[in-house]
Amino acid sequence: MSQALTDLDPTMPQAPLPGRASGGLRLLLSNEFGLVVLIALAFVAFALGLQGFTSPFSLFTIGRQIGIDTMIGLAMMAVIVTGGLDLSVGAIGVCAAMAFGWLVQMLGLPILLAIPLTLLFGASLGFINGFTVVKSGVHSFIITLASMSIFFGVMIFLTKAAAFNGLPAEVQAFGKMKFFKTLSPLLLISIATCLLLAAFYKLTPMGRQMLAAGANPRAAELSGIRTGQMIVACHMLTGALAALAGLMVTARTGASVPSMAGHLGQDWLLPAFLAPVLGGTLLSGGRVSVIGTLLGAAFVNVMTSGLLLMRLGEFWILASLGMMLLLAVLADRARQQFLQTRGMI
Amino acid sequence: MAILPATDSRLTRAFDNDWIGPGLVSLIAVIGISLFQPAFLSSFNIFVLLAAISVNMVIALGQLVIIGIGQMNLALGSIGGLVAISFVGVIETFGVPVPVALILGLGIGIAAGMVSGTIIARTAISAFIITLAGLQIFKGINLGITEAQPFYGVPDVVKTFGNGSVLGPLPWLLVPMVICSLAMWYLFTRMRIGRHILAMGSNPHAAELSGIDPKATIIWAHALSGLLAAVAGIMLVAKLQIGQPTIGDDWLISSFAAPVIGGAVLSGGRVSVGGTFFGVVIIAIITQGLVMFAIDPFAVQIVLGALILWAVAINRLREVRIQRLQARGAGA
Repeated sequence: MSQALTDLDPTMPQAPLPGRASGGLRLLLSNEFGLVVLIALAFVAFALGLQGFTSPFSLFTIGRQIGIDTMIGLAMMAVIVTGGLDLSVGAIGVCAAMAFGWLVQMLGLPILLAIPLTLLFGASLGFINGFTVVKSGVHSFIITLASMSIFFGVMIFLTKAAAFNGLPAEVQAFGKMKFFKTLSPLLLISIATCLLLAAFYKLTPMGRQMLAAGANPRAAELSGIRTGQMIVACHMLTGALAALAGLMVTARTGASVPSMAGHLGQDWLLPAFLAPVLGGTLLSGGRVSVIGTLLGAAFVNVMTSGLLLMRLGEFWILASLGMMLLLAVLADRARQQFLQTRGMI
Repeated sequence: MAILPATDSRLTRAFDNDWIGPGLVSLIAVIGISLFQPAFLSSFNIFVLLAAISVNMVIALGQLVIIGIGQMNLALGSIGGLVAISFVGVIETFGVPVPVALILGLGIGIAAGMVSGTIIARTAISAFIITLAGLQIFKGINLGITEAQPFYGVPDVVKTFGNGSVLGPLPWLLVPMVICSLAMWYLFTRMRIGRHILAMGSNPHAAELSGIDPKATIIWAHALSGLLAAVAGIMLVAKLQIGQPTIGDDWLISSFAAPVIGGAVLSGGRVSVGGTFFGVVIIAIITQGLVMFAIDPFAVQIVLGALILWAVAINRLREVRIQRLQARGAGA
């Protein structure tokens, strides 16, 4: 069991190296460019065809949800980098939100102190995952499957499944805050996080080491990178980002609710994978697209709100999100085959 | 039989090894709990336990096939749920006779499995992503049809099947479970498709070179998994006496826990039907035990997670030991 689950795509072609065979066509075929076009098309179509789609309130809620989904996607992206995954992101997010509720409501800590503590708590849950994965050599799928059950179970056990409703009014006010009547600060937080992460992966030695460890662990190890430490660090980053996403959901609802991510936090799994995969993050590791993750979340939410306004029932939207994930990976596969046959990779 | 190749005896030996550990644990747990709570062995409690074991075993078998091939099926529960509501739905809405509804339900399960299997086989995209998309699509269709409201029109035959007993504390639900288990055991040990699945799971390249059609094998495995999910979904309708749209929501963890406790290797190529059975039994006993000792039912989640980790650790230790033995053998 020491090898990765053979299933997690060993056949996926390696990430194209930036700068090689660059050309207009390459840019046109990149995930990011494709997403921008799709978002623009969908947005214009919905804006022209549907009443109320461009109302300030509609734009505000779409933007706020993009912010939350982006953060959930970034949390998963940070661990996909290693070629692994983390099924427990939802569980960590809920646990962190509940920890925040406890710190603020029961201990009466000021919010600005509780936030860093919550992020630290999320990172430490991520550390448990990463440490177990590295020490056992078992694939992260099964470890995080177990830990999602444990984290969620312990949380429900401790909180007796009761929500923290008595949070200070500032929390909810922050969730409802608007700049220029349309812009949610939650979206701004996610955009800022994207920029920070993009800089982190591009510019810092640690970020580059994470990518190297994910692309080819053996080569990375031979060139002096401590692959194990990097994997633990990636899981900790995932935990912290999941905790941040949990806080953002808390701000939106105005309370810490144990069921906010569904049974065992499973409801986060789809947004968590949808955004990075749409954005072109490779599941086999070694390549991230931070901006793609943001664009992926944006595309999903523009589509969802448009379909909702078209009175397609919310349950059918659930099914169409699944279709979107399916089409995204199929399109990505077709794009790679096209690039390969043209000798562009 | 004239030809009993060495591999066959080794296979059965591995089979023995895999189920003996979990079997002993189940036995000790039963004795331990019944010493403190004699009611544990009451005929009513045994009936309840066996009914739960029956359903969970079929669910676990559905995941076991896919684990055998070295993949995972996240959509198992959503296929089961979709079949469950379709089964009751056609009976309630169109007055379809039960046997027809049954065949229709099983057909939906097989078709759903075949669709995911075909996409995975043809595109070579990871089964994780395809079945995650499948999970969402099947669940969405389920909720789109039911609008999250249950179907109540379960016919009396089905209800009797769900809570009646064949003999004493033996529920009718045991029957499909025993049939499925024996069939899967036969499939893995005696049939060509079973060997192909395990060969693909342990080394896809070698399997392909030795003439196994990888695409057909993957599609077969997923179709089989869909069929087992369908059987489990219909069994749950009978047990719950209602066509709940939430059927299947909580299958994910336990469907992996039981095979892993039973010694299945998650990278594929090695499964044990007997081991999986005792994995299911252990989970059922612990769940029931927690209820009897009036411990918070949510503790079950914690215990399930801990059990997976424990089983993974045991399997890993065994693997290391086998590797060491092999290395010594090669050295000598």
